[in-house]
Amino acid sequence: MPPVISSETLPYLSLLIFVPLGAAVIAALLPGERAVRWWTLGVSLAVAVGSWPLYARFDAGTAAFQFVEHAPWIPALRIHYTVGVDGISLLLVLLTTLVLPLCVLVSWRQISGRVKEFMVCLLVMEGAMVGVFCALDFILFFVFWEAMLIPMALLIGIWGGPRRVYAALKFFIYTMAGSVLLLVAILALYLELGSFHIPELMGRELSLSFQGWVFAAMALSFAVKVPMFPFHTWLPAAHVEAPTAGSVLLASVLLKMGTYGFLRFCLPITPQATMLFVPWMMALSVVGMVYGGAAALAQNDLKKLVAYSSVGHMGVATLGIFALNREGLEGALLVMINHGVTTGALFLAVGLLYERVHTRELARVAGVGKQVPVFTGFLGVFALSSLAFPGTNSFIGEVLVLSGAVGWARVAVPGWVAWVLLGVVPGVVLAAAYNLRMLQRVAYGSPRNPDHAGLKDLELREMVTLAPLLILVFWIGLNPQPFTRVMHASVRHLLEQVGGP
Amino acid sequence: MAFLPELMLLAGALAVFVVCLGEGRVRLAKATATGAAVATLLACLVSFRETALLFEGAYRVDLFSQGLKLVFALGFLFIVLVGGELPDIREDAKPEYYLFLTLNVTGLTLLVSCVDLLTLVVALQLASFPLYFLVALRRERDEQRNQMEAVVKYIMFGITATGIMLFGMSYLFGVTGTTSMPTLQARLAPLVYSPLVIAGLALMWAGLLYKLAVFPFHFWTPDVYQGGSNETTSLVASLPKLGALAVLVRFVTLATPEHEPLALLLTCLAIASMCYGNVLALVQKDVKRLFGFSGIAHAGYALIGLVTLDPVGHVAALYYLIAYQFMVLACFVVVCRVAPGGGNVALGDLAGLHRRSPLLMLTLLVGVFGLAGLPPFAGFMAKLTLLKAALAKGHLTLVIVAVLNTAVAIYYYLALVREACFRDPEGQPAIRLDAPTRALCVVLIAGVVLLGLAPTALLEHLAAALATAWGPIGLAGSGTP
Repeated sequence: MPPVISSETLPYLSLLIFVPLGAAVIAALLPGERAVRWWTLGVSLAVAVGSWPLYARFDAGTAAFQFVEHAPWIPALRIHYTVGVDGISLLLVLLTTLVLPLCVLVSWRQISGRVKEFMVCLLVMEGAMVGVFCALDFILFFVFWEAMLIPMALLIGIWGGPRRVYAALKFFIYTMAGSVLLLVAILALYLELGSFHIPELMGRELSLSFQGWVFAAMALSFAVKVPMFPFHTWLPAAHVEAPTAGSVLLASVLLKMGTYGFLRFCLPITPQATMLFVPWMMALSVVGMVYGGAAALAQNDLKKLVAYSSVGHMGVATLGIFALNREGLEGALLVMINHGVTTGALFLAVGLLYERVHTRELARVAGVGKQVPVFTGFLGVFALSSLAFPGTNSFIGEVLVLSGAVGWARVAVPGWVAWVLLGVVPGVVLAAAYNLRMLQRVAYGSPRNPDHAGLKDLELREMVTLAPLLILVFWIGLNPQPFTRVMHASVRHLLEQVGGP
Repeated sequence: MAFLPELMLLAGALAVFVVCLGEGRVRLAKATATGAAVATLLACLVSFRETALLFEGAYRVDLFSQGLKLVFALGFLFIVLVGGELPDIREDAKPEYYLFLTLNVTGLTLLVSCVDLLTLVVALQLASFPLYFLVALRRERDEQRNQMEAVVKYIMFGITATGIMLFGMSYLFGVTGTTSMPTLQARLAPLVYSPLVIAGLALMWAGLLYKLAVFPFHFWTPDVYQGGSNETTSLVASLPKLGALAVLVRFVTLATPEHEPLALLLTCLAIASMCYGNVLALVQKDVKRLFGFSGIAHAGYALIGLVTLDPVGHVAALYYLIAYQFMVLACFVVVCRVAPGGGNVALGDLAGLHRRSPLLMLTLLVGVFGLAGLPPFAGFMAKLTLLKAALAKGHLTLVIVAVLNTAVAIYYYLALVREACFRDPEGQPAIRLDAPTRALCVVLIAGVVLLGLAPTALLEHLAAALATAWGPIGLAGSGTP
């Protein structure tokens, strides 16, 4: 169990959680749409800026939880309010706070009805998402994990596309069905170990069969969220129907909660069971990569294409996680961040395109590049990043994951399992294929489409929305050191807990 | 002082009765009932820490009873407010509605203090008969005569259940020769595994399980929910269940801990209730009927707390049903206001609630997600407490069934949300809310959230109350076999 460090004067994490929640209440009381928009933008920017000290003051030399706050919450049930971050959650918190202002900006014009409720949902989501990544009490984690469900379902169901109701309900039911199992696992762990405090649960002696059941319950819940291969069917529906901001939140943050769950709970709490399940998780990851890529290649709807690409990318992330070595884990963390940046950006781009041509069909947006060169430039960079082009962010992450996976294959005990990794090759090739196909169609496809006459290129607000992600694409791509620096200690500690190769 | 809340209620009932004697005094009756509710609430607060043993040890005022009385008084006030103008009660009987309501609450308030089998039966009947009348008071009109069918079912089942209960009590009396529960408990202790006592206890519970609407005593529930007027159903769905559970908790403590046959019996009842209620709720179109089936399921969840046969579980069960009061009333406020004419509400009638009245939509959302057991609402924390208590005693199967049921239930709760939030109104008018309704909505929402996020005070109170539930006050607990 790592020690906890708490020498902060300001409760940074609580502020990051509760400022958005408080701001949501105020937003609900504000009169007028303009006021609500500016208020939400202001708050989310302030939170984004306010989360900077987390990085600046983070001590990368230790695996301990930092910025820890601890207070009794419901003593009768031995539930505490405990928050803290380590090298695994830090970047995810920062990603969350970074993405939120972009979501507000992209919704500026797109959301015209019921603006107040929309912004309230966004703010509640922000508080809950930060809470999920910071919570160090299992019940607190679960409360945030579930609390996010309602605003997200509302975002899809009220402001979404034509099949929004179906998508919202499917999203809700899938996630809920997964999380009730998580709840049973939490209770089982509590009764076995007598605590909800997450660091206290890690690395304890548990019988293998108990570990197996707990792992299965937790993994199922996280696998729905990631989503891993057979549990992914809610994702395309939810992504396609959600408004742009909802898609971005889903892609950038919500999916990360699944992989975060694996890293935070499955690996350190049930290490032996993890080892037992590794071959299956690896196999599912590879299947996810290939399946996601193949499905993306067959899509004619841009949003669906990006959604299926998410399945593939998250397959890469889980592949890295279950490689259970340093390269794999750090690569997986980086892939998680990269996916948040790149896929978030692609959803933003698709949303902006939709606002202009009112369609997402590949055939009907073909050749739009001539009219909107700046937009196409952005899209090009993000598409290249999505296929892991060297020099962009995803390249670093995927290379790390692949080397981790190969490292795993070399020591994998049942020899045949290693052959599963051959599936990675078509996975990577498919990623290049669908991204280039999309880019080629959008940028250069049928040159004269009368619908595209008089389209306006990106305006300043929209460029500002995309620019931070563009910067991150190259920053991580060319100099990942500032990002990987904070992971090393925590990843090393995690590996010690798992005791893997 | 210790008897102050009951006195207030009795005085209130008397006052409403006098008001009823005249013609067209609806407003006055409502004002009197409201006054009685507020007075009772204050009296409960004043006498909150009182303890006493009254009427020769048949009536016990302690932390346990006073806490529940406070909830009843609060619920009384809520239900007067939920009723609004009583749109669906016969015009000439509107004042009587308040009379029967007050009498019902009086019965419940007496019920939680009774520690003698005879007073208990009397209090239970005082809490039951007004409800029969209330269901029958619904206005008759074309296509709406099912209230009579409902009330006949309600009475028939009620009387049968009471009969079974009395039969069970006769066994216990035959074995122990007393009707005083503290003495009964002491004398039963050595005999508690004898088949006669188990049969007696089980039969005696029937009357309470009927009120709680536990399978197989649930048959009246959907019909009464659907047949009763919206405001009556709000009452049937909330307070009596808590009263029944409170007495059940007192009774279950009659059995010693680790009593496998009784635990097994309760487990079967809980599982049957949860599965039956949730599965049938899936196909309902009438909102009140849906809540009826969901109520059966929730009674099953509450029984999980009794299965454990230990104070932790009992606290959880009481916490669950207290939270349930707030959640179910939040839902019923919406049902009552969506139908200004008082008719039954179909799922489709909720369509576009988010445009017609955002506050009502929020109330419904909080109530429904609370019932579904989602954090941060009370339903989640209460269910967590229940499951934790049951797992601690090793009832793994029960917990898994409960969890699966929660997942099933999500579906029909989402059907409500789908109509209210995701559909656009199809010509239904906007709903204007008066100030009391708005205040009620806000209070209920706050209640559901606060009970979910800060239940510490309540849990500690309940634990303390149960710890002293059989403790000595004067004569109590002194009996020996």
